[in-house]
Amino acid sequence: MPEKIPADSVGLVEPKKLHFDEPLPLDCGRTLDEYDLVYETYGELNAARTNAVLVCHALSGDHHAAGYHSMADRKPGWWENCIGPGKPIDTRRFHVVCCNNLGGCKGSTGPNTINPKTGRHYGPDFPIVTVRDWVRSQARLADRLGIERWAAVVGGSLGGMQAMQWAIDFPERLAHAVVIAAAPRLSAQNIAFNEVARQAILSDPDFHEGRYYDHGVVPRRGLMLARMLGHITYLSDDAMRAKFGRELREGKLNFNFDVEFQVESYLRYQGRAFVERFDANTYLLMTKALDYFDPAADYGGSLAEAFRRARARFLVVSFTSDWRFSPARSREIVKALLDADRDVTYAEIEAHQGHDAFLMPIPRYVAAFGAYMQRVAREVGAP
Amino acid sequence: MSLRPDLEIISGWIRRGARVLDLGCGDGTLLRHLHETRAVTGYGIEIDPDNVEACIRAGVNVIQTDLDAGLSDFDDESFDYVVMTQTLQAVRHPARLIDEMLRVGREGIVTFPNFGHWRCRVQLGLQGRMPVVRTLPYQWYDTPNIHLCTIRDFEALCERRGIEVLQRAVVDHAHRSSLAMRLLPNLLAEIALYRIRRA
Repeated sequence: MPEKIPADSVGLVEPKKLHFDEPLPLDCGRTLDEYDLVYETYGELNAARTNAVLVCHALSGDHHAAGYHSMADRKPGWWENCIGPGKPIDTRRFHVVCCNNLGGCKGSTGPNTINPKTGRHYGPDFPIVTVRDWVRSQARLADRLGIERWAAVVGGSLGGMQAMQWAIDFPERLAHAVVIAAAPRLSAQNIAFNEVARQAILSDPDFHEGRYYDHGVVPRRGLMLARMLGHITYLSDDAMRAKFGRELREGKLNFNFDVEFQVESYLRYQGRAFVERFDANTYLLMTKALDYFDPAADYGGSLAEAFRRARARFLVVSFTSDWRFSPARSREIVKALLDADRDVTYAEIEAHQGHDAFLMPIPRYVAAFGAYMQRVAREVGAP
Repeated sequence: MSLRPDLEIISGWIRRGARVLDLGCGDGTLLRHLHETRAVTGYGIEIDPDNVEACIRAGVNVIQTDLDAGLSDFDDESFDYVVMTQTLQAVRHPARLIDEMLRVGREGIVTFPNFGHWRCRVQLGLQGRMPVVRTLPYQWYDTPNIHLCTIRDFEALCERRGIEVLQRAVVDHAHRSSLAMRLLPNLLAEIALYRIRRA
């Protein structure tokens, strides 16, 4: 709980909700007839409406990117380190918009919301949505908010993939794309990790084929395992060694299967906490959106061809110890942008925190990201 | 805007509107100058994070990567010029990098400190010490410069590798030139600048 809101925080914020009646055609061939999007905004939109920045969230994120919902909140929004007055996405300059993506579980239409056609939870009936679908829905949100063109679309990990997709699908509607700790598409190893996570959920007896809402249970064990596995891939070997080493909770081996090492305790804690705040069906959908993401596929397998459509300028950032989406994957993005003759800046940040580094206030990262966003601000007349 | 005189010479060699790759671009001064004065587009390559940040601030496209890892991310002849100022002597495989420059760029521009300058010769030949001069201010044990060469060495390499010298300029540490320097470049020039291409 914040005793007092820090000066560099956007402070107390409130989510807003918009209802959309116009049917949204989806990549899977189905259509979402109506839907809600929950979003938050920070900072003022200028009179010319040129200073809006769209922040896209990653797998387990939501619309609550910065600030606090109440003084009782234990933690601020997920990207508090990068959004706020004086931070890289400086809310004194920019009007920041962040929405919960379709299929999410924090208020936007998704498996845990009621399907108006049936009066029941969507559950497993919720269509599998793609990054492209999200971008399409975000564009409609922009229409409703009166934002013709984003000063920048920004995201880390799966959020970075949305930024890329924006640049390809709506070239005229963004000036900059900031793609952090992302990949042009998942590797077989990435998909393999996602599949194990999904199997953990699907094989939980409490999953009830996705209809667990009707049974008054949640597939707790499955979702917890999925998160524990995911968490391992977000950290680096070094970060884990530094944080836990082989430290024993009780200082000795007990020769049983209870929690003995600190790292076990940490993972179980992370898993349990996640179950309280996240929905298993959403987790399944988000991992599928990751697996399916492949913007090059629409352009004969050439990412450069896809980027030739883009008009945005790019900042691409990676972290040296990220093995989930390693610097080599970011360099693939950079190479495609170079081949497509696009403006691109690439920063490879020395960091030991692994994939999670994109959420952290690492000085070199904050400096490079902040310098880039300052340049964006100058361009859109929001210095 | 006042520019380092060697950069001034280089920008005089570069065509308007050209596409340029600057290897070891530092704080992006050259690229920014070329963009502003000659409508040049392109990218810088830089490893040092402070310089990368400076480039971002200057609005220069910069790719943070290690030159010793090569230029494999760049296609053949994808640039009009590949520029490398005062960096050749600090890379692990200079000859290989020059080959790469001339694969990626139609022309290359290279500058380096001339190890054949008389001060270097005096310090090594007469005093028997590794030279420490204005253009090479480091001690042997902490220098980043691991492949020093003279003007003659560089031209011999060009000849051996089938590289044509299109233009050469020789200057002192303050980037001034003189008739004597042009007559005895390997003895009197402190810095050499070359515009080259595959013969």
